[in-house]
Amino acid sequence: MSADDTAPRQPERSFGAIGRTVERADGRVKLAGQAEFTSDIRPPGMLCGAVLRSPVAHARVLTVDASAAEKLDGVVAVLTASDLADLDPFYGHALRDRPIVAIDRVRFAGEPVAVVAAESQAAADLALTRIDVEYDALPVAASLDAALAPGAPLVHEEPARPGSAHGLGRLPDRDGNICYHYGFERGDLERAFDGAAVVVAGEYTFPAVYQYSMETHTTIADYRADEIILWSSCQHPFLVRQEIAALFGYPLDRVQVIVPFLGGGFGSKSYTKMEPIAVAVSRKAGRPVRIRNGVDESMVTTRRHNMRCRMRTAASADGTLLGRAVDLWLDTGAYADNGPRVTATAGDAAPGPYRWQAVRVSADCVYTNTGPAGSYRAFGATHLQWIGESQVDEVARRLSLDRLDIRRRNLLRPGEEVRPGGKPLDADLVGDVEKAAAAIGWHQPRTTGRGRGVSVGLLAAGAHPVSTATVRLGADGGVTVLVGTTEAGQGARTVMAQIAAEVLGAPIDRVVVRGTDTRYTPYDRSTGASRSTTIAGLAVQRAAQAVLDDLIETASVLLEAPPGLLRLEEGAIRSGSRSVTHSEVVRTRFGFDGGELVGHGRVQPEGGTGSYAEGPVFWEVCVAGAEVEVDQETGVVRVLRTASVADVGRAINPQLVARQDEGATLQGIGNALFEEMRYTPDGLLLNDTLLDYRIPSFEDMPTTMACTIVENADGPGPFGAKGCGEGVLAAIPAAIVNALADAGVPMNVLPLTPERVWRRIQELRRGTKQEGT
Amino acid sequence: MTEQISAVINGKPFEGRVAANELLLDFLREELGLTGVKQSCEVEVCGTCTVLVDGAPVSSCCFLTCDIDGRRVETIEGLAGTAFHRSAVEAFMRHAAVQCGFCSAGMILTAKSLADRGIDPSPDQISRAMSGNLCRCTGYRSILDAVTEILREFGEGAPA
Repeated sequence: MSADDTAPRQPERSFGAIGRTVERADGRVKLAGQAEFTSDIRPPGMLCGAVLRSPVAHARVLTVDASAAEKLDGVVAVLTASDLADLDPFYGHALRDRPIVAIDRVRFAGEPVAVVAAESQAAADLALTRIDVEYDALPVAASLDAALAPGAPLVHEEPARPGSAHGLGRLPDRDGNICYHYGFERGDLERAFDGAAVVVAGEYTFPAVYQYSMETHTTIADYRADEIILWSSCQHPFLVRQEIAALFGYPLDRVQVIVPFLGGGFGSKSYTKMEPIAVAVSRKAGRPVRIRNGVDESMVTTRRHNMRCRMRTAASADGTLLGRAVDLWLDTGAYADNGPRVTATAGDAAPGPYRWQAVRVSADCVYTNTGPAGSYRAFGATHLQWIGESQVDEVARRLSLDRLDIRRRNLLRPGEEVRPGGKPLDADLVGDVEKAAAAIGWHQPRTTGRGRGVSVGLLAAGAHPVSTATVRLGADGGVTVLVGTTEAGQGARTVMAQIAAEVLGAPIDRVVVRGTDTRYTPYDRSTGASRSTTIAGLAVQRAAQAVLDDLIETASVLLEAPPGLLRLEEGAIRSGSRSVTHSEVVRTRFGFDGGELVGHGRVQPEGGTGSYAEGPVFWEVCVAGAEVEVDQETGVVRVLRTASVADVGRAINPQLVARQDEGATLQGIGNALFEEMRYTPDGLLLNDTLLDYRIPSFEDMPTTMACTIVENADGPGPFGAKGCGEGVLAAIPAAIVNALADAGVPMNVLPLTPERVWRRIQELRRGTKQEGT
Repeated sequence: MTEQISAVINGKPFEGRVAANELLLDFLREELGLTGVKQSCEVEVCGTCTVLVDGAPVSSCCFLTCDIDGRRVETIEGLAGTAFHRSAVEAFMRHAAVQCGFCSAGMILTAKSLADRGIDPSPDQISRAMSGNLCRCTGYRSILDAVTEILREFGEGAPA
């Protein structure tokens, strides 16, 4: 990232807004029930939308007859494919493969076929039952096996088109149902395996998982003759703006995306989701329309990729890791969404953070007739870390080595290359994993039926390093920060306020960070990949610095002292016994009681294009430990203790860092132990409610959850910070799998349901060998 | 079909006709503008739509509006300004037990019902009693800590 500012003039200071716990900026309004989410907004004339979804996974759509629905009381418009004839109605982040509503063909059960806009939700819902659709069933490829089989039905037959902003360079041609391939080979793999004393090999299965942000995808669109206005629960408003502008033929500045508070995101609200449908139906109705998904609808809007993986790891007799070969297939569902990026990230996570003589990775992104898969917190790393780390543990077990020692011997050290040409390692992994082990009592005596595990990994973080920000210092000393980061619960507004307060010496309660409105908020690429504090935060820091420079210049005149002798205090600038407040400086500067100082900051790629291959911006550390107990009679696994390590460079707000880790820990427990979307062979989702798709509750909390914060000031963000919040989700399932193996039950399938664990225990008792391992 | 009901909502009398099949969640949000109550799972699992009916927590997504006839309904808006809510806010803020905030109102209302019932504020008891309120952000620890403090202050056996 390049600095667009000159060397900062930092006056001596006597306050501190970062590195300490300050109250969440948005906490009180949320606890009063007054925080505004998208579904709380009701622009005048707003209609309620409802989406008719395909009941089958793969079929030709012969006819869609909405005439009866259109005649119902309260129905204003019914959108079908025939309304899209004047558009190129395809969109998609990585591949432009998805129509706004199904055209001629449905590719997954739940695919939107028609959309009703009506005066009430009840009228819209009723109208769905009056739309007649005639389907002609096609053969279904509802699983990786089915989609990869010779002669498999093709989910897409048209030529592939690149998506709006994938950043993955030239995309390879589609090969059957494989829509993207990522792979690399380094070193002489054959030699590495030939020289090995031990080779661990296995085949592994990872489930489809639902992100479940409690606020389901919600969008209000108002299509007008001269502009499009959207209120949307989206993480990446500027990417949504770009895609909507392209779809409907509007300039960027005629598409306004407003993002209220998000009721969680976790990646599920990345990129474009329900926005094209909402805009299209508003265009037809001539009025604003709200689309609010049910949970069943959000589950088929996006999910985490299920995966099959084959991995082999070779090591020498002294425990030196030699080589690793990985083949993996990610099921991206019927539309690519972010699948190619997930595939590349999974491929990069596959070797793990070790020093290899040779490594080969082949990662395929596969279309199937299921709901599209996209981003979910720590994607790629969560898929691979439990596999790679279980093989490292197995190597240690076979060589009778301590599982920490084998990691000490092989882990990359700071400054070492992680992948050729990319960012070198910027973290102390050995120190991190030792902390996780210590926190779960690694050397304490073992109890029967219990086991302990640690895991360590890296997640390519930061996405594209493009952010801009504006900071305004008003005449009363108040500071407004305009930054495009979405507050999804992670605490972005609080952290951005702290960064601005730290630079300007403003009292923290006088800094306000607003939600994004693309009409006024300067560009920020996205809220994801743990990038906000690091990249958007750096833009805020630079914007605040520009204001400070201005402030100091005027204060220097007022105080008749050179800038170098001024001292920054909270809300004031001092020279010896004299001081002026920020407010006085602004008022004096403009001469009439008004005016404000405005500063801009930007972050952009240094040199190159900011593409995936040149990154990442930083390596997010994924380190955790877990202690589990397994009931031999029932197969129930209970997580007793967890320890996470937040290697964040500098914690702007330590309490919020700990909350990120705790939240990711519980999501990791859900991913590891019971979360799994299950489909029939025909591609119908079986568990599409929270009654049968269970997420962790209070009762799934471990007895202790330790979070250790590591601050080595080695991040590229403001004050040496780097992002956090995702890595733990990759590390916890891996630590749990390793702990369960330590308790005597090695597993190669997630989630670790009681039935699977119990069957495995029976196999082990009978002495049956686990398939592949 | 509509039914005539009379109820007390956040301390104020309500009289009027409501659709017989209308859900309390929709009535509160859409008719009364009480948007502090949130919709999520719609199957009585997640607890974001929790309101108190005669002091007991109910999932308003699965509760008919006409069934509040003759009863008292409290939402987060009604609780705001009470000593309990003030203390709850301070405890949640102290522990940073609010993140996206979508579950928070339901959490506080359920905690209120537990305080009124006087449950033993042990971690196991609270976890069991609160397991009908999901949170995907926090990992629950901070909410548990906050609720423990509130129950010590307001539950049975709390210093008068």
